[in-house]
Amino acid sequence: MSSTSHAAPAALRPPQAVGEAGFLSRWRVPLSIAVLCVLPWVLPSQALAVNVLIYGLFAVGYNLLFGYTGLLSFGHAAFFGGGAYITGMAIAHFGLGWFPAMLVGVAGSSVLAAVIGALSIRTRGIYFCMVTLALSQLVYYTALQASNWTGGENGLRGFTVAKADVLGFTVNLLDPMQKYYFLMVFAALALWFVSRVLNSPFGAAIEAVRENETRARACGYDVERTKLLSFILSGALCGVAGTMSAIHLSIVPLDALHYHTSSIVVMMTMLGGAGSFFGPFVGALVFLLIEDVASLWTSHWQLIVGVVFILFVLFLPKGIWGTLIAWRNRP
Amino acid sequence: MTTQTTALMQVENVGRTFGGFVALAEVSASFERNKVTAVIGPNGAGKSTFFNVLSGVLPPSTGSIRFKGQELAGTKQHRFAHLGIARSYQITNLFPKLSVQENVRVAAQALRTRYNLVMNRSAYPELVEKADAALAHVGLHAKRERVASDLAHGEQRALEIAIALVADPELLLLDEPTAGMGPEETKEMVALLERLATERTILLVEHKMKMILGLSDRILVLHHGRLIADGTPQAVQTDPEVRRVYLGQNDGYA
Repeated sequence: MSSTSHAAPAALRPPQAVGEAGFLSRWRVPLSIAVLCVLPWVLPSQALAVNVLIYGLFAVGYNLLFGYTGLLSFGHAAFFGGGAYITGMAIAHFGLGWFPAMLVGVAGSSVLAAVIGALSIRTRGIYFCMVTLALSQLVYYTALQASNWTGGENGLRGFTVAKADVLGFTVNLLDPMQKYYFLMVFAALALWFVSRVLNSPFGAAIEAVRENETRARACGYDVERTKLLSFILSGALCGVAGTMSAIHLSIVPLDALHYHTSSIVVMMTMLGGAGSFFGPFVGALVFLLIEDVASLWTSHWQLIVGVVFILFVLFLPKGIWGTLIAWRNRP
Repeated sequence: MTTQTTALMQVENVGRTFGGFVALAEVSASFERNKVTAVIGPNGAGKSTFFNVLSGVLPPSTGSIRFKGQELAGTKQHRFAHLGIARSYQITNLFPKLSVQENVRVAAQALRTRYNLVMNRSAYPELVEKADAALAHVGLHAKRERVASDLAHGEQRALEIAIALVADPELLLLDEPTAGMGPEETKEMVALLERLATERTILLVEHKMKMILGLSDRILVLHHGRLIADGTPQAVQTDPEVRRVYLGQNDGYA
């Protein structure tokens, strides 16, 4: 590290005390896309690869709020499931094309995030967790009751997108490989967007809020507004993951809104390492791999995930990726 | 920029209650430009409440605070930095995991751009220059790449001041800038404050009497939430009421 400080003046390097530095940080978007490109070829199944893509992005969106802004939400299923439901309903009930339907899904989850965020942002710590959990449960029960629109307990069905016309090409979404790379485009755009946010002055502002709210406010940051904007961006990104899941599965299970989904994203983010760019994807990959492998042995695979999670929280609180980065950055 | 007839800040009949407890009552004072004023008083006298009211952390229950003629009661705390009032905290209050330079740069950024998602944060080199200048002012320039939590206590206190200074505030509120410092560190801090005093209006809470007497133009004494004395260090030192409630009860301070 000391040799590079001679080469580039400190002023020109993006200030970064946690997370990746140098090469990994500069090339994080191309690197992630490269990894995503090879994923379906190295994982045991393509279905697993698509899940890593979707849940990885879900965790990345969650990490913007949890890892970078420091807010532990237990209600992000509302934005994931909300995005999925709204996209599905836009196609099934309103006959929208896949692309407008996805846009509506992301817009809808952003609005949902604005509402839930505005109601929860003034609470702190455990109260914030509980308010976000309660409000997302409200969304869950709304979807359960409004079965004419959402299919209730059976989930939303009847909106299969078999093919998508993109710029004169026709993508066959019934072919797993074509579907993977089709969905990967959205994940790549979302990752680029997250990287953009983290590099921006707003990215510095949310870090300041995470590090010390009192000080950030004294410096002149409107802490509530900063948190709310971060909450909305996070909700929108989770909404993108949700719409991808709707297109992928051609159904939206009610479970997408269940608090279990909220807890999965917390676990994935923490397993991989909150507050790092690649961490959430690593966490999603490891989580889904454990599920994939362990569910072959036993139907109680969640027991194994639970034990792994507890071991990580106790012994590697920075998560897999966070620990590797810390080891690499060690003095 | 010379001393004007109107004060920089005018505090009138300011009071603050917590439930039934009166922490501050009927405090009136006005602060001239480029003067150092110290606020002293025994523990629980209302110094911190007074400071929190002046920096917007707590809204006053009664009374008015005018800064450059503008009423501050009801103004949100984060606006204070934008108006030209910056503060430091009694307990070190930094961005612990960020670099020393980023601590100050992000403070400077607050007054420039806050919700910008489009630009790169490195697109504002003037903020880095400002941060480096503030760090040079407090003698931390050489350590600007260190992580803030790795600094020694005295250095962290100096960083606090740099964070406040980078906003180029007209009024600097310092809550016990030498809290927890040894004699050597205190000496350096006093030298820094003396340099700052030539160009800024400073209001500070302090326990170390010797330091206050040498540094301040004026001393306010609070006791049970009331202002019991307001004058030059000499006048306050000889004030019988002050001697009774504050100086007399603990020789260590005198």
